[in-house]
Amino acid sequence: MRKFSGFALARETMRAHKGWDRQWDNPEPRAKYEVIIIGAGGHGLATAYYLAKVHGITDVAVLEKGWLGGGNTGRNTTIIRSNYLYDESAGIYDHAIKLWETLSQELNYNVMFSQRGVMMLAHNVHDAQVAQRHIHANRLNGVDNEWLDRDAAKAYCPPLNISSSLRYPVMGAALQRRGGVARHDAVAWGYARAASAMGVHIIQNCEVTGINQDSNGQVTGVETTRGSIGASKVGIVAAGHTSVLMEMAGVRMPLESFPLQALVSEPVKPCFPCVVMSNTVHAYISQSDKGELVIGAGTDQYTSYSQTGGMHIISHTLEAICEMFPMFSRMKMLRSWGGIVDVTPDRSPIIAKTPVKGLYVNCGWGTGGFKATPGSGHVFAHTIAKDEPHKINAGYTLERFTTGRLIDEAAAAAVAH
Amino acid sequence: MLLIQCPYCQEDRPEIEFQGAGEAHIARPANIADISDAEFSEYFFIRDNTKGIVFERWRHTHGCGRFFNAVRNSISDKFIMTYKAGEPKPELTEEQIKAAAPISKKPAADKPEPSPSKAEKAK
Repeated sequence: MRKFSGFALARETMRAHKGWDRQWDNPEPRAKYEVIIIGAGGHGLATAYYLAKVHGITDVAVLEKGWLGGGNTGRNTTIIRSNYLYDESAGIYDHAIKLWETLSQELNYNVMFSQRGVMMLAHNVHDAQVAQRHIHANRLNGVDNEWLDRDAAKAYCPPLNISSSLRYPVMGAALQRRGGVARHDAVAWGYARAASAMGVHIIQNCEVTGINQDSNGQVTGVETTRGSIGASKVGIVAAGHTSVLMEMAGVRMPLESFPLQALVSEPVKPCFPCVVMSNTVHAYISQSDKGELVIGAGTDQYTSYSQTGGMHIISHTLEAICEMFPMFSRMKMLRSWGGIVDVTPDRSPIIAKTPVKGLYVNCGWGTGGFKATPGSGHVFAHTIAKDEPHKINAGYTLERFTTGRLIDEAAAAAVAH
Repeated sequence: MLLIQCPYCQEDRPEIEFQGAGEAHIARPANIADISDAEFSEYFFIRDNTKGIVFERWRHTHGCGRFFNAVRNSISDKFIMTYKAGEPKPELTEEQIKAAAPISKKPAADKPEPSPSKAEKAK
């Protein structure tokens, strides 16, 4: 793999950019690997990268039924924050932010991480109290979060409408300055490139159709559309399709899959400085470096694998955007899309061993998995390599739905619930 | 937006009149205080989350207000039928399942091979 640098760019400029090589290999699957990861999205590729980088396990295949980064990694609003309520959440999401801060240098790939601040609006007394409770809880965990009154919120985000005549007037906001956005595709590409350079096989157009076990129940590999592939450890990182894959190993999951929609506008000049989210009026918005407004809506109310959702969901979100930011009322929307998100009953992920020996699962990220990509991959790689959870994901078990030790982030998981 | 037939009102109504209420035919254990934690988890948290035919509950919130059940294909989102709460899980015919299946991207076997594309002709 050729390192990207100013020098490399200058050299290639001199010879018409003919010397760049492919960023990752496209190998034929081997008959057997040490570890198989199912799903080449951000989390799956990050898991493979950290398996190779941190644990020295390079005999890894990442199987992807479509193309790399083509699922929810390519279909999200790229918001990164760690201002959740509970200690376990502070652990995983802040671990991720710390990795985000140096990720471009680590991968030698510009993931365009921009800590422009995430501002969550309060529109009534209850919102304000909940926001302040979150701020205090975050600070106790060493996570930055601060309260802005109405005028300070306006100063931080000038397009914000703070008129008192709004149906839901803005009363203030919680601001996490370390929050922000990153370029979602670059995250998948950067991890794929770095993992491939260490010998990880990324195998696209290879759908898993079965999970093989021996007579003791130990995982022995997977059946795929490109033949059977052996492995003693299999990690499922398949977002909305986790229930389908776990069913192949005979495990039923506490998950429901919903469509989650987002949309982008036509690109315009820089006009929106930060990320703004509002749980009460159901909208979140930021501006990409390309200039498009990236707007997120909520989930549909029924389970579905259709990768599309109802128009009334996105029109409801746009009504809220237009009320909060009247200057966008004549913006044209360019495209919208739906991703399938797997939602747990407590809105926290499952990053854990399963009842099947050798089978591991990283799922249940619901509507907000992108922000955790590096942290999730890092601790899941640890879980697979050591056959026991990292201390950061020790609470994110499958058993918590039996013991009752839930991590109930329904309020902090923002708009969709 | 889905069009949903309420089996009580006997009318196709827009989805915004309804509230989705999750998987159907999950019976609450009659001896809820006596069951084990694992059994409670199975009843309360674990879901089929099927990719394909799903049996689900809806409530006609902004209509008659009543709960009912529906059968839908979760890949195409097409409804097969709706039926009143308390009625047994219906047996589906092959035609019903076929009618709600998503449109296949693969060409049907009995269709003739598509003519060569322009690019191939140019060769």
